[in-house]
Amino acid sequence: MSLRSRGRDFPLIFELSVPERVGSSYPSPDVPLRPLDELIPARQLREEAAALPEVSEPDVVRHYTRLSHRNFSIDEGFYPLGSCTMKYNPKVHEDVAGLPGFARLHPYAPVEHAQGALQLIWELEHLLAEIGGMDRVTVHPAAGAHGELTGLLMIRAYFHAHGEARTKVIVPDSAHGTNPATASMAGYQVVTVKSDARGNLDVDALRAVMDRSVAAIMLTNPNTLGLFEERIQDVERIIHGGGGQMYLDGANLNAVLGVARAGDQGFDVMHMNLHKTFTTPHGGGGPGACAVGVKAHLAPFLPVPTVERVGERFVLDYDRRQSIGKLRAFYGNFGNLVRAYAYIRTMGADGLRQVAESAVLNANYLLALLRGAFDLPYDRICKHEFVLSGLRQKQQSGVTTKDMAKRLLDYGFHAPTIYFPLIVEEAIMIEPTETESKRTMDEFADAMLAIAREAQDRSEVVKTAPHTTPVQRLDEVRAARHPDLRWSPR
Amino acid sequence: MTARSKSVDVAVRAQHKYIPATESEREEMLKTVGVSSVEELFADIPAAVRLGRPLQLPPALSEPELMAHMRTLAEANLHNDRAVCFLGAGAYDHYVPSVVWHLAGRGEFLTAYTPYQAELMQGELQAGYEYQSMLCALTAMDVANASMYDGASATAEAAVMAKDLTHRDEVLISTAVHPEYRQVLHTYTAPLGIHLREVPYRNGITDLGALAQMLSPRTAGVLIQHPNFFGALEDGAAAADLAHRAGGLLMCAVADPLSLGVLNPPGAWGADIVCGEGQPLGGHLNFGGPYLGMLATRQEFIRRIPGRLVGATVDTDGRRGFVLTLQTREQHIRREKASSNICTNEALLALAAAIYMAALGKSGFQKVSELNVRKAAYAKEVITAIPGFRLAFDSPTFHEFVVRTPLPPEEINRRLLPRGILGGAPLGRWYPDLSDAWLLCVTEQRTRAQIDELAAQLEKMR
Repeated sequence: MSLRSRGRDFPLIFELSVPERVGSSYPSPDVPLRPLDELIPARQLREEAAALPEVSEPDVVRHYTRLSHRNFSIDEGFYPLGSCTMKYNPKVHEDVAGLPGFARLHPYAPVEHAQGALQLIWELEHLLAEIGGMDRVTVHPAAGAHGELTGLLMIRAYFHAHGEARTKVIVPDSAHGTNPATASMAGYQVVTVKSDARGNLDVDALRAVMDRSVAAIMLTNPNTLGLFEERIQDVERIIHGGGGQMYLDGANLNAVLGVARAGDQGFDVMHMNLHKTFTTPHGGGGPGACAVGVKAHLAPFLPVPTVERVGERFVLDYDRRQSIGKLRAFYGNFGNLVRAYAYIRTMGADGLRQVAESAVLNANYLLALLRGAFDLPYDRICKHEFVLSGLRQKQQSGVTTKDMAKRLLDYGFHAPTIYFPLIVEEAIMIEPTETESKRTMDEFADAMLAIAREAQDRSEVVKTAPHTTPVQRLDEVRAARHPDLRWSPR
Repeated sequence: MTARSKSVDVAVRAQHKYIPATESEREEMLKTVGVSSVEELFADIPAAVRLGRPLQLPPALSEPELMAHMRTLAEANLHNDRAVCFLGAGAYDHYVPSVVWHLAGRGEFLTAYTPYQAELMQGELQAGYEYQSMLCALTAMDVANASMYDGASATAEAAVMAKDLTHRDEVLISTAVHPEYRQVLHTYTAPLGIHLREVPYRNGITDLGALAQMLSPRTAGVLIQHPNFFGALEDGAAAADLAHRAGGLLMCAVADPLSLGVLNPPGAWGADIVCGEGQPLGGHLNFGGPYLGMLATRQEFIRRIPGRLVGATVDTDGRRGFVLTLQTREQHIRREKASSNICTNEALLALAAAIYMAALGKSGFQKVSELNVRKAAYAKEVITAIPGFRLAFDSPTFHEFVVRTPLPPEEINRRLLPRGILGGAPLGRWYPDLSDAWLLCVTEQRTRAQIDELAAQLEKMR
């Protein structure tokens, strides 16, 4: 692809490459140097070395350090991405996860020599069971969607064991996209149920679709509007009344830590995103880590191996006849389990309750500051997040939610989640989390209000934003129409 | 700690280091909201589903107490700074250059979210593009995605992809593929109506004669691992040829991409999808995770590839920039019709892999790969020279090989541990007919002296 102004482009590591430069040092072989084709048949050998860059170590350090400066992180500033729970990631967690006893431990090390790691997993599972009000927990899944699949497959196995072949999963229209996608992957047909005028799941609509073909409902509570499902007990009666299972998408657990537990609301399965509520860093999109909690009737179906305590020892139990099997190799994203465990041990019960209280107070405070300037489709006390609409701005001046999100970048903030949930037009979904100060939220609100004024008075500056970022608005259509997904030599 | 709280629900409450709001700020915020207590903000939660007691959790630890506790747990594990590791089987003890995590661990990368606002996130987007490019170079494939969860789940998603691409419902999988990958494949494919059939192995590699018999118009694809679980090199070209002649795809799992420093890459011998484990590219062992799922394919299949893709484009000034692209494949747009439910991936591990590959570079990557071959070949020679220890298979290998042992391999491992040696994986657990077989791995980390010491210990056990 020829680009107009290649000279001003930030270089790729490949473009820094100079033949024969090296960026690493390894010992010379201390074993006999036989020709390679005596060890591996010639036809199996690579003919030409892979076209990796040829750069020095300082080149590598400077390139990726500079790239890091072209990024935005929670370490740097406010990141109000709704439904993502971008809270502060404690530094001590990096130190503990990096201890050689964890970081340099082989997954197939003999169990008697991995007792510390197994104890940590066992304890974490029990702490999370108490937090969720569940009977058993697995920490195998690598991410929320992976946890959803784990949960639905357990439900599937449960019905199979009871000789029932249910075919449908109910998903609210406000659900995360992963919910319906997961239901499909688990072999279920998706039935969508609408939300009512207060932002709750429409109980009458639910009643109308519930029958013996429904395996489960996947519900997020608080939901993606940031609202607690006020009729959760009716939902529970309808689902359980029809013999279905209750699945909680725990993406929004931060709002209700120590206040209301999934198990006490009647959920049979729940997942917890350890990278949200339990603050393992998002890493630019991953790794996450996920725990799935179940009630006792689903415990036989947990993935293998489970970690069990036998006297003072911890063991891995692969011998579980009804298990759904495995969804990944080994036992989970252990490095992040270490971090989540460290977090719970640091916070304690009172600390976790404070997390929920402060997260909810912060969200309601920010909502109070912003409600006058934007549309608010569901006007209730919110939980940890709330959803505004940019419809007023779009109608009055043609400034879209996307424009306002881009403009926020110029003010030094990451944008909220936008155009989600799908049931709110021009949605702006804001989650401040408990780790933000009043001052930060005041500054953010000032920026949002300033942008609302700009939308009225000087809309061009918003429509063409961002202006101060490393690159200006990017051509997404071109990226999709003419996919350029890799650098090639020449 | 001072008892100055005015909150109605908690009388005495310490200010927490991760929660900035002070009592007076709380009061001020409550006033702005228009309520008199935090409790009122939870009034929408029905009393019957509230937790009427504190969570039963151990008391909170201060940072020094936490550190001491975590050290105790960590030190209860035999890690590879204290043991000489000959264990592989899907998780590999390679040297991780210091630059990798000094850079990948920078807070700017570590504590960022998925790059939804591309203009602000050029750093990780560009790193993702570089990773995709390097993985393509390594595998000789056209397109790689930005990462999957791990090798096993990436392999399962590859099989689902083959089904979608061919509209066929059967996948043939070699029994020389990692047993846990096969288990995961089974879990993923069962609800989708994909029929899995296992192809036997012979002399440590996939039995192509048996494979030829099993191929049919139902075959969506054939899945092999190369080098396979026994460390042996498959005849990928012949397997691909068979699969293609039956109208199916060839999927190749790679459990250690460092092998591609010396081995002819899958794209060069006809693989249609390459999947596998990127942990060896700068990732720590981490007791099994987080690891890096790799997935790469041919250009014509990009619209069925699961997961995120970074693409290059231009900004309004014509400058090069990067965005997440082809998102209509993904769950947040496609919902139940998405190519996968994957959302969160392993972006940080992909970044670490890019840094690792850049640091090793064109010649370094090849050099480390060769070191693995040579050290493993030496170990194979000295160990099989010991009476009672013999090679299980004579197929060529990369850095792992299977030895038949005179004592049960579990017993050998038990005797090696006091000598500070972490022995290989006993295979009987997965292959009942290989109960006397021991899968050894020798990476560039092992010295000749360590290999000789292992041999000396085995000598005593004959």
